[in-house]
Amino acid sequence: MIEGRKIIIQAVIILIASVFLVKLFAIQVMNENYKLAAQHNIVQRITEYPYRGLIFDRNGKYLVVNEPIYDLMIVPMEVNDIDTTSFCEIFNIDKETFIDNYIKAKKYSVIKPSIFLKMISNEEFAASQDRLIEFEGFYIRARSVRNYPHTCLANALGYVGEISKNQLNRDSSKYYQQGDYIGISGIESSYEEALRGERGARYKMVNVRGVEKGDFREGRLDTLSKPGNNLVTTIDLEIQQYAETLLRGKVGSLVAIEPSTGEILAIVSSPSYDPNLLTGREYSRNFAEIQSDTLVPLFNRPIMAMYPPGSMFKTMQALIALQEKVLHPEELIYCDGRLIGDLAPIGTYDLRDAITLSSNNYFYKIFRRIINQRKAESPYIDARIGLENWKRYINAFGVGVQLELDIPNVKSGFIPTVAYYDKIYGENRWKFSNIYSLSIGQGEVLVTPLQMANLAAILANKGYYYQPHVIKEIGEKGQPMDKYLAKQFVGIDSVHFTPVIDGMEAVVRSGSGRRAYISDIEVCGKTSTAENPHGADHSGFMAFAPKDDPQIAIAVYVENAGWGGRAAASTGSLVIEKYLRGNITRPWLEEFVLKGDFLY
Amino acid sequence: MKREINIIANVDWLIMVLYGVLVVMGWLNIYASVYDENLNMSIFDLNLNSGKQLLWIGTTIFIFITVMTIDFKFYESFAYLIYGAVVLLLVLVLVFGKEISGAKSWFVIGGVSLQPSEFAKFATALVVAKYMNTPGFRFSKFKNLFILGALVLIPMFLIILQPDAGTTLIFMAFAIVFYREGLSPVVVMIGLALIIIFVLTLMVDKIYIIIAIGVLSALTLVFSEKNIKRISTNILIASLTIGVVFSVDFAVNNILKPHHQRRIKVLINPDIDPLGSGWNVTQSKIAIGSGGIWGKGFLQGTQTKFDFVPEQSTDFIFCTMGEEHGWIGSFVVIVLFALLLIRVINLAERQKSRFSRVYGYSVASILFLHFMINIGMTIGLFPVIGIPLPFFSYGGSSLWSFSILLFILLKLDAHRGQLLQR
Repeated sequence: MIEGRKIIIQAVIILIASVFLVKLFAIQVMNENYKLAAQHNIVQRITEYPYRGLIFDRNGKYLVVNEPIYDLMIVPMEVNDIDTTSFCEIFNIDKETFIDNYIKAKKYSVIKPSIFLKMISNEEFAASQDRLIEFEGFYIRARSVRNYPHTCLANALGYVGEISKNQLNRDSSKYYQQGDYIGISGIESSYEEALRGERGARYKMVNVRGVEKGDFREGRLDTLSKPGNNLVTTIDLEIQQYAETLLRGKVGSLVAIEPSTGEILAIVSSPSYDPNLLTGREYSRNFAEIQSDTLVPLFNRPIMAMYPPGSMFKTMQALIALQEKVLHPEELIYCDGRLIGDLAPIGTYDLRDAITLSSNNYFYKIFRRIINQRKAESPYIDARIGLENWKRYINAFGVGVQLELDIPNVKSGFIPTVAYYDKIYGENRWKFSNIYSLSIGQGEVLVTPLQMANLAAILANKGYYYQPHVIKEIGEKGQPMDKYLAKQFVGIDSVHFTPVIDGMEAVVRSGSGRRAYISDIEVCGKTSTAENPHGADHSGFMAFAPKDDPQIAIAVYVENAGWGGRAAASTGSLVIEKYLRGNITRPWLEEFVLKGDFLY
Repeated sequence: MKREINIIANVDWLIMVLYGVLVVMGWLNIYASVYDENLNMSIFDLNLNSGKQLLWIGTTIFIFITVMTIDFKFYESFAYLIYGAVVLLLVLVLVFGKEISGAKSWFVIGGVSLQPSEFAKFATALVVAKYMNTPGFRFSKFKNLFILGALVLIPMFLIILQPDAGTTLIFMAFAIVFYREGLSPVVVMIGLALIIIFVLTLMVDKIYIIIAIGVLSALTLVFSEKNIKRISTNILIASLTIGVVFSVDFAVNNILKPHHQRRIKVLINPDIDPLGSGWNVTQSKIAIGSGGIWGKGFLQGTQTKFDFVPEQSTDFIFCTMGEEHGWIGSFVVIVLFALLLIRVINLAERQKSRFSRVYGYSVASILFLHFMINIGMTIGLFPVIGIPLPFFSYGGSSLWSFSILLFILLKLDAHRGQLLQR
């Protein structure tokens, strides 16, 4: 019986061995999780950041470039007792910052590298490079930041900054990671996807202490980073810089468009800021400073500021009246100045003269014809139908709707609707007499400078426009988006433009826009003095030139600068001359604008 | 001269081959576990564990010659003396030993370290065999049982003082020997039952165990004869079991040191602390599990090489095997061990003297416990107990001790005919 126990003992040994084999089969063959866990253990993904695309002006001059900048990295485990005093001296920080950053890094990881000091400039790097060897555990990692060699076009270009928590949460493509840089405003934001390029990744094997042990699978999974696409803008750097100079010290904006393409030649928001302030280590401090400026330099005026269009609006009223066949251009209308306040003399006007002399009473009358076409018995209902019809025209001009500019935050301006007046006066309780100030571009109507520049382009083209845009080419052989290649017709026959344009020519030759007159360049313009309840009137001007072959359409607003014929017309005219002729023949006018003493 | 030839002819070469294969496999795996591609290291480099292990392997040839040369009667005759010497060393190591990772288990003389507890294994095996071979020995005699128990418990006690729970646990191997030599299976069963209850207590809330015991006891009462004796026995057993449950619970929570408690609890659920006590088990299973069927190939393992698995050339050497050679490799190792153990038992059984047989069973049992606990812990079936895998793990003392243990059996076996004549 006792001999039988040998069998039992051997059976137990075989049993245990079998249990082991089954268990091993379960974890080695049946379970994939251990293989994943093993990979997760040893593989470390290192992101390769691509270069962000460069931005050029229309003639190939650099607007935005990349500049190397350095992060000081730390691996806390490798830090040996270092001379903190000289360290702080070299990197220009105080001891508290050193201790804070050290603790922060240690909390993140003892063995993984993390950023100790962000964005050390090229100069600081050069100064500290030789001494870095003394500080074990500290490394330099090169990155690039944006640099703006001409410091102009700040609001249109926008800036780049670290992605925010909100943006991260909204990023459905899951491309971004915390700490990534992203275009925050302007072109940097609207063309983010083209500019950012493609991140690459290297897969390294690391041991339990995070020390690199070579490429994972001989680097077969590694991907190279792809630099972002370069952008060619429609901006003419020389014109942009000149326009910015002219508007320096004033509050206002200027937009210049090439009418035959819709390409924006210059887009100025004044006051502006140096875009280089929003790169590098001082970003937060500078941003706070710029933001606290009462003149809000970060407010992109040409597309966001809304002003009454004033007399510039009259060109549209005339075109609508002609298209609606409620006016003949040669028809003489007697205006005695009793309907509405007027600076134009009493007398009879045809359309051309009405434009040239900017007769408020004339446009009061033709606007009434547009609105009250006797399509209904009741003057209330008639006004409703008329306003509805009128608004359709206005919107076709790109006013009261958003233009599809490739810079974010384009405002649509404001054109009052039937519903709007219903809300104020009650349904069927308002008629023409309540809305007549629209006839001369006052009252509720508001437009952006961009929309007025676009209006000038429509006048130049005699009936159509291209959606204004700032980017011509994306990447090596890239085209602008399709929507910028389609003609937008405003629904006015081209014949109707002739008298209006003739009137505008006379405005510059002999009317309120005489300051815009340039010998041997036929400029067609219209000034506007927008009533401002908060202070001095805003000075406005729109124009295109030359009359027969328009190359540039422009709109200028200078806030609180009084008459449109002074500040705005002078500025617009100088920019036109600079663009068409390349030099300025009227130094006295340039001096007048630069001096900026417009009111008296 | 005649005797020499006799030895060569009579040595069990199957065991020698199994021994040799395991030692070489161990050596290659030690190299793989410390190999670093970037450093272009040789397996013979004496700065590496693999180079040192090769030296130790070389010395086993001298051990073999020595063990084979010494008269076979020496081991029985000097069993008490060897045992006495080792016990003395165990006492001395507590005083003069060098503390390494919290245990005073090592003598360090010059550059060589020696672990007396490793040698206590074969010394105790010899003395147990010798004592049980005394004429008139019976398990039923209290005196015999007491002395036998003392012979095993003395080294256990001294080793637990170091403290080295792993090696202490190995002395449980003698239970298998005693079972083979006629100790009542009831005693063995009670021992097993205690272990099961012990584990259950750790795994399940004790209230459930008590309910289970109550239900079992009630069922037995209902279906068995109803007389006073049966009923009282039933109630007595039930209360004793419940008592054991409570004392285990108390022992685990109050007597064991916190890190021991954690190790036992992690065995039940390694996920409770994946980076602390669970780290070893988790990483060890990841390494083995990532090997798949065929493994990643020799020197291609990453988990052991990059130090994710701790003690990868000693206690966790099996991970390297599992990672680089997959299930097939693990299969080979386990089958080799099973063959060796079965062969050793067959050898023990063919001995004509009780001394040799008891010694043979001691060898089998000690190797078996090492094999079971070591591989069991790497795949998460046993708590992490620091004991080596025989012949495989890096370390001179353990390789020597296992070699001596096995070679003495081979020597005794070679002379089994002569022993019969006595």
